[in-house]
Amino acid sequence: MAKSKPKLAVWKFASCDGCQLSILDLEDELLALTGEVEIAQFLEATRAVSEGPYDLSLVEGSITTAHDAERIKMVRQQSKMLVTIGACATSGGIQALRNFRDINDFVAAVYARPDYIDTLATSTPIAEHVAVDFELRGCPVNKHQLLEVVTAFLFGRKPMVAGHSVCMECKMRGNVCVTVAHGTPCLGPVTQAGCGAICPAYDRGCYGCYGPQDTPAMPAMSKVLEAHEMKGRDIQRILRTFNAHAAPFREESQRHDAADDQG
Amino acid sequence: MSTDLALQIGEHALLARAEFGKLIDALRGQGYAVIGPTLQGGAIVYSEISGESELPVGWTDEQEAGTYRLKRREDEALFGYVAGAQSWRPFLFQPRRTLWRAKGSAADFAIDPDVRETPRFAFLGMRACELKAVSIQDRVFMDGIHPDADYSARRDAAFFIAVNCARAGATCFCVSMDAGPRAEAGYDLALTEIIGEGRHDFLLEVGSPRGAVIASLLSLRAAGDGDAAEAEAIVERTAQSMGRVLQTEGLKSLLQENLEHPQWDDVAERCLSCGNCTFACPTCFCHTDEDVTDLDGQAAERHQRWDSCFSLDFSYIRGGSVRPGIASRYRQWMTHKLANWIDQFGESGCVGCGRCITWCPAGIDITAEAAAIRASIEKD
Repeated sequence: MAKSKPKLAVWKFASCDGCQLSILDLEDELLALTGEVEIAQFLEATRAVSEGPYDLSLVEGSITTAHDAERIKMVRQQSKMLVTIGACATSGGIQALRNFRDINDFVAAVYARPDYIDTLATSTPIAEHVAVDFELRGCPVNKHQLLEVVTAFLFGRKPMVAGHSVCMECKMRGNVCVTVAHGTPCLGPVTQAGCGAICPAYDRGCYGCYGPQDTPAMPAMSKVLEAHEMKGRDIQRILRTFNAHAAPFREESQRHDAADDQG
Repeated sequence: MSTDLALQIGEHALLARAEFGKLIDALRGQGYAVIGPTLQGGAIVYSEISGESELPVGWTDEQEAGTYRLKRREDEALFGYVAGAQSWRPFLFQPRRTLWRAKGSAADFAIDPDVRETPRFAFLGMRACELKAVSIQDRVFMDGIHPDADYSARRDAAFFIAVNCARAGATCFCVSMDAGPRAEAGYDLALTEIIGEGRHDFLLEVGSPRGAVIASLLSLRAAGDGDAAEAEAIVERTAQSMGRVLQTEGLKSLLQENLEHPQWDDVAERCLSCGNCTFACPTCFCHTDEDVTDLDGQAAERHQRWDSCFSLDFSYIRGGSVRPGIASRYRQWMTHKLANWIDQFGESGCVGCGRCITWCPAGIDITAEAAAIRASIEKD
């Protein structure tokens, strides 16, 4: 007798689709995944849609329009578990840069017909709109962590996703610290692990794709960046990338506003 | 040049620089994977080598709190640097490993303990502080009623070639911790590199029967009293030039009696809680287990990985983390390392290698933090 498989839905809001592609990038595991769950809604992969309710919804993207602010409520209503995936869904994404400026200025600068544009003044994470059961970080998410989240859901356990710094996985990988040995500014100490410390492995500083670690020491981080010849304006910029709206990064970047004005 | 010297434990002879490569050959010939100093990523990194050409000939390092730079030496020393970026710890106590796998069936499950062939490492260039660090981890992993089988197997198979330090770095304080700069015990062979006018030799001392076997495969010549005295003088000069001092007298009670000292809050303002100190430390042994399953639940694995008292999850119990603040985490690390370790294992957990100082991106200095607490107490 075939068991009834849990229904999985994948939703897209304001985003680049890269995290959804991480699901498709699970090439070797995709068949096993479809053996355990019914992919009921995943427009990036298939037009076939079956109706809700859904047992697990994976939500990519941030909320940037009034329409999406309503649509996410519908998703929540139809989902037993709702997991957000990626920097857009968990912190507002790169498009949250609008949060620091007047949206009308951007619209006027970018679009020939600004009156065609109907958008919110901010880009905000899903959790600012509806209850979220788990947030998976990354820009994009790590496909192995994504598989772990789905597997954990299937067995009703907590996903094994560490909240500690990138530095720990950097040292576990055997990398030499780029800040200490090369003087390269790096956000690894305040950034959550998960990527496998890719950038330091190639002699680059961490760009903070996974957002703030559990207890990021932001003012201490700024002092280290300053000691490695980053000016306030540069520090503000490095904190305002994919996770610009994440509270620790946002608040620390705002501390450097004065420096920005001196630009 | 004599090749007929049969050295006993405690005896020494000279190995000429030109003959040095044969030491690596001999170790490899005996089936060891030789792990030695190499240049990688702008630092000295201990890594597998197949010959002497991979050694950091003529290189040294400059270390300070939060900075490390490679520099050229004026000579062609093989071991002219101080302590490598990482200790030998990852080779014995692996950053990640699988403890066991389990396969399920309809009625039962079977456990596969994931036993693998133990690698036979020869560590070439262990500093006295690093040898001491291994002896400290031995006590953690091998003593007691539940010895760690993987660590024990790797440790028992490993061959140790110590190198007595000819130089102290700016973050070194092994003398304070009674852990160097001379390797006193625990090695199979010990070397002192002697570079002088017209000579480049190693004074080689035998520390074990295994060491004597390897020594018998080398082209050695008898060492004179002058050679031993010169080697002694090199190490003595190093001992006199330590970059840092940690005053250990009364340190245990000083820390244990000052758990609410304002210095903990002071350091917490600088500390990144990134955990680099704990992963660069050669004695930190904390690890955690993680259980994973495959999608259909028919296979499970238990993994072990390094963990750090600087992570929030480390002190997570039902309801939350016991050490939510950074001050409490730094205090936990330092008081354990320098004080509570003595209650737990009978000796300090610090060997004075200086890695926690050098490799802290914020340049926090354990010797300075201890001194600050001491100074404020003595002033009162």
